[in-house]
Amino acid sequence: MIIDINFIGLIIASIMASAVPLILASCGELITERSGVLNLGVEGMMIIGAISGFALMTVTGSLIIAVFGAMLAGVLISTIFAFLTQTLITNHVATGLALTIFGIGISAMIGKNFVGIPGKEFPVLFEGLKDTIPLLGPILFGHSIVFYFAFALPFITSYFLKKTKIGLIVRAVGDSPESASNQGINVKLVRYACILYGGAMSGLAGAYLSMIYTPQWIENMTGGRGWIALALVVFSTWNPIKILIGAMIFGGLTIIQFHMQAIGVRIPVQFLTALPYIVTIIVLVVISRDSRKIRLSTPSSLGKSFHKDN
Amino acid sequence: MIKIVKRDQPSRAIFFFTPVLAIFLTLVAGGLIFFILDFKPFEALKFFFIVPIADKYGFSELLLKATPLCLIAIGLSFCFKSNNWNIGAEGQLTFGAIVSGGVALLFYEQEGFYILPIVILAGAIGGMLYASIPAILKTYFNTNEILVSLMLVYVSKLILDYLVVGPWSNPEGFNFPETRQFSDSAKLPLLFEGLRIHAGIFLALAAVVISWFVFYKTYLGFQMKVSGFSLKTARYAGYKGKKMIILVFLISGACAGLAGVGEITGPIGQLHREISPDYGFTAIIVAFLGRLHPVGIIFASLVVAITYLGAETAQIFMQIPKYTGQVFQGMILFFLLASDYLLFFKIKFIGSKK
Repeated sequence: MIIDINFIGLIIASIMASAVPLILASCGELITERSGVLNLGVEGMMIIGAISGFALMTVTGSLIIAVFGAMLAGVLISTIFAFLTQTLITNHVATGLALTIFGIGISAMIGKNFVGIPGKEFPVLFEGLKDTIPLLGPILFGHSIVFYFAFALPFITSYFLKKTKIGLIVRAVGDSPESASNQGINVKLVRYACILYGGAMSGLAGAYLSMIYTPQWIENMTGGRGWIALALVVFSTWNPIKILIGAMIFGGLTIIQFHMQAIGVRIPVQFLTALPYIVTIIVLVVISRDSRKIRLSTPSSLGKSFHKDN
Repeated sequence: MIKIVKRDQPSRAIFFFTPVLAIFLTLVAGGLIFFILDFKPFEALKFFFIVPIADKYGFSELLLKATPLCLIAIGLSFCFKSNNWNIGAEGQLTFGAIVSGGVALLFYEQEGFYILPIVILAGAIGGMLYASIPAILKTYFNTNEILVSLMLVYVSKLILDYLVVGPWSNPEGFNFPETRQFSDSAKLPLLFEGLRIHAGIFLALAAVVISWFVFYKTYLGFQMKVSGFSLKTARYAGYKGKKMIILVFLISGACAGLAGVGEITGPIGQLHREISPDYGFTAIIVAFLGRLHPVGIIFASLVVAITYLGAETAQIFMQIPKYTGQVFQGMILFFLLASDYLLFFKIKFIGSKK
């Protein structure tokens, strides 16, 4: 049997494409969590990004406005979370859940008039180079700008956290808000910024889904990807490079479903659909079992409110 | 000038007042959203919150929706009080329904007084089994219970889907994704002729009474409270942390499972694809709105149940999307959490003299 080498390239490319929203949202949430804030609203911010991007694209016709509008929508919705958890010192878990419930509801409300409208074609880069190199061609070329950005993001994030001064401040705030505050760092301001950044990335992840990956609006179209993104952050032990690996595994699980069905493997479709969730649980167990390692890599103040008495 | 001062002690009066404030603010914000989306705000709010419960039938529907919410929220309050974040009640509900539905199908076309108790018990056990997964993984493998319990929600819905489409589907059902009708002995009796409210409400009331007793009259309740305040203190006091974590998860799983039983053995009488309109998630809001207090949860479940009915009515009469209900639910929780600020801080108005 001869397997077309370009076909393998295409499969890998499709796995990468399905990993994009996970990478974007996870890298955003990773920065948020590194500053000590646990935002469980990723799913809600993502779906708001999805509808905002799609709606803006349909209404204005401009892809640029749509993409940046989706990020702005993510920022706006995460501002609610930031205001509640930072200024009003509410519980992170409960506030994040409220954000997800609210986000799913409001996106469906806004999206009512956008169901069934076909999407637009999103331009891809280096289309012509696709056939020049076997195997690598389809992997490297012919993708959207968001795709390339997503695969650069873990490295940028890693560099930001390790090598830049602001990155150091973010880590300091997450690991020891008291000492950071004593050093004259405005802990709440840093956390606000990290939450809004997380919102922007989740918004972008949502826009990728509704504008590029499956260009249309479907209610609840994020389908738990926001939660998987959250799990990926734990999986990565807060290391952005490992997010890349995790996202590829989950992207692979999603893509395998389609191919298994196509080949005609006699496994119930529901089992294949459940696979990413089950694997997430197994992976979490394996990662978390080593409690010492988890404790060392978790931002020490994660999920804890910080309040300085004046 | 406004100055914000930390209270020496959280105010108890405000503790019970803020949920009311939150509901009021939600109505105002909801009116605003309706206005922005070009619906007449007052009419929309009327269809949302008054019309649905204006008659006997509506009131029965309200109790029908409040029952699972109350039951699940009572269970969740055990978890939340002791700092365990079980957010997968929806999955425990679904799995409870699967197990009890499976047992009910075993008694297909059989009659007998013993069938219903077995079916109910099976639901509770199903919910407990499912809740035990995040509990055991949390206690023995240090795994985050939030993510595990949530992932299991998706898994449970897929299991249900597989069963009602495949092996358990009604052989005479023209391939509809549903099982056969349960026998009458496996159904919870309806309370009134022509209304859908069923005996499941007594399960919820029993849960309220039992939880009140456990919270305020037993050593376990005290232990949970201490662990909720400070895990360190609990450890110093020598409480068996692991045992308690598993116990509270089992309790909340059982409650969610019972809610699942109510959904399938009540008016519907069969398993099908969508047995719960996210009651398990909404109950999280109910638990908080009710201040994790059994009596508070009763009121909260009634208030939140209206958002379900209101969403349906508003959709029929004003073409307002039914997801508006979720928007209201999210907002209630936002406002509730926000108004908690008043618990710990006083806002003082100080004259501008220097």
